[in-house]
Amino acid sequence: MSNAFEIKNLNIYYNGLHAVKNVSIDIPHTLITAIIGASGCGKSSFLRAMNRMNDLIPNSRRTGEILFHGVDIHQPMMSEVTLRRRIGMVFQKPNPFPFSIFDNVAYGLRIQGMRDKATLDQRVEESLRRAALWPEVKDRLKQSAFALSGGQQQRLCIARTLAVDPEVLLLDEPCASLDPTGTARIEELLQKLEKEITIIIVTHNMQQAKRLSDTVGFFHLGELVEFGRTEEMFEHPRIQLTRDYIMGHFG
Amino acid sequence: MARTVHRKSAESVFFLSALLALSVALLMLAVLVVEVFVDGFSQLDWQFLTHFPSRNPEDAGILSAWVGSVYLITLTVAFAVPLGVAAAIYFEEYARKNWFNTLMEMNIGTLAGVPSIIYGLLGLGLFVRTLNMGRSLLAGALTMALLVLPIIIITAREAIRAIPSSVQDAAFALGATRSQVIRTIILPLSFPGILTGIILALSRAIGETAPLIAIGALTYIAFLPDGLSSPFTALPIQIFNWVSRPQAGFHSNAAAAIIVLLTITLLLNAFAILLRNYFYRRIHAHLS
Ligand SMILES: Nc1ncnc2c1ncn2[C@@H]1O[C@H](COP(=O)(O)OP(=O)(O)OP(=O)(O)O)[C@@H](O)[C@H]1O
Ligand SMILES: [Mg+2]
Repeated sequence: MSNAFEIKNLNIYYNGLHAVKNVSIDIPHTLITAIIGASGCGKSSFLRAMNRMNDLIPNSRRTGEILFHGVDIHQPMMSEVTLRRRIGMVFQKPNPFPFSIFDNVAYGLRIQGMRDKATLDQRVEESLRRAALWPEVKDRLKQSAFALSGGQQQRLCIARTLAVDPEVLLLDEPCASLDPTGTARIEELLQKLEKEITIIIVTHNMQQAKRLSDTVGFFHLGELVEFGRTEEMFEHPRIQLTRDYIMGHFG
Repeated sequence: MARTVHRKSAESVFFLSALLALSVALLMLAVLVVEVFVDGFSQLDWQFLTHFPSRNPEDAGILSAWVGSVYLITLTVAFAVPLGVAAAIYFEEYARKNWFNTLMEMNIGTLAGVPSIIYGLLGLGLFVRTLNMGRSLLAGALTMALLVLPIIIITAREAIRAIPSSVQDAAFALGATRSQVIRTIILPLSFPGILTGIILALSRAIGETAPLIAIGALTYIAFLPDGLSSPFTALPIQIFNWVSRPQAGFHSNAAAAIIVLLTITLLLNAFAILLRNYFYRRIHAHLS
């Protein structure tokens, strides 16, 4: 089993606040990895470090190494722009652009300079199909993305990310604002995508982590407490803290 | 019980005084407009708009003044908008928090409150004399551009700040560079707000007189500007000139010119507001 990411001694600071503490973790290729932990334990910070979205936060600082398929993502030869195309990200709250459905999905391709109408049409359709949204929107691609329901908007955001053909999909609590139906559809979709791309999902929902993921990492106060195969973690957690969290004693 | 009654009456007192204050303001405006119309309306005709100023009040027109005003504000906007928007983008997207940028921000806030005559003196010293532009249209427009620049910067910054960062994040996460985010997200989405700044700037620039007097724009011009370096006059200057004449005929001319100035201002505002609402509905309504 090869690793998509090898992370060594990662620390993230915001001004004086030490948000991620000395985390080392190997994230397997084309599987679903879930990141769980109580609010404020650094899950989002950890996720944002992987596609260098944290670089956009002016007062954040990082130490440690992140290897993506063996290559240091911070080496000067690696541009964060290319990196973010290869490592897509979906946010907690659906954040479609205030454009049409089509223009949302085409955005990532257009900024890469793709202008050919036929190719764009084909890539947009393909991405919407992969995000299991095509049947619902195929007749209204020109409508505003805001006409969609929350769950549809989130799948649109996934489609938009898939359009640039990423190797990894980072999802930060993608179902937090969705109802059970919306959540189920996204889970179904992720299970399909798992065969093609590496998925890392932050979630507060234990059941979701259990259902979806192959490996789980449990964070507590910025530290990685335990990391392992999902069944093992949920059946026989090695550490008392993990057991307490999984049982719902805190967080 | 007594308490609620008390509160209710306090509330109606407040409401009535607010209404009174508003009525006083509107009444003043109405008196002004009526007086101007009574004085100037008879004077207002086609020949007034198409004739140059003259010694004789009956023959005098405002051709050079209104054309000068239109040239002046068009140039002013052409100079001030790109500069102001670029400055706003710098502050919102690039500037780090350091003493230099903080100082710059404070400066812009202060500049917005500087009396316009000071800008006029700056324009006289810098553009007319040092840069040798003379009392030209160019010098006037540059002076006006300086005057409205803070307004445009401040409103454009507010418009940019109103764009949710989640939308920008989405673009960055798709591999957009900062300049792509500015071109494809920031500028289109802040456009309605920037337009508001332009409206405010236009309204300010078209009525300003003091800076033009300070740089020495001429009051009697019997030709149209033929280039950037041409001397010019503008409506407020013409009005100022006519008002200060002793003959009653010129006072009527001044009133008629005020009607024209008010009409241009209103038309500009109405046009810009329509444009802004159109774009606002198209893009911005989604974002809240
Ligand atoms: N941009 C920022 N500036 C300053 N502090 C931040 C910033 N982002 C996060 N933090 C702090 O870093 C710590 C970790 O935050 P992070 O968002 O990574 O936690 P999280 O596990 O994702 O929490 P949640 O489950 O609530 O989303 C928190 O204490 C938070 O206040
Ligand atoms: Mg989070």
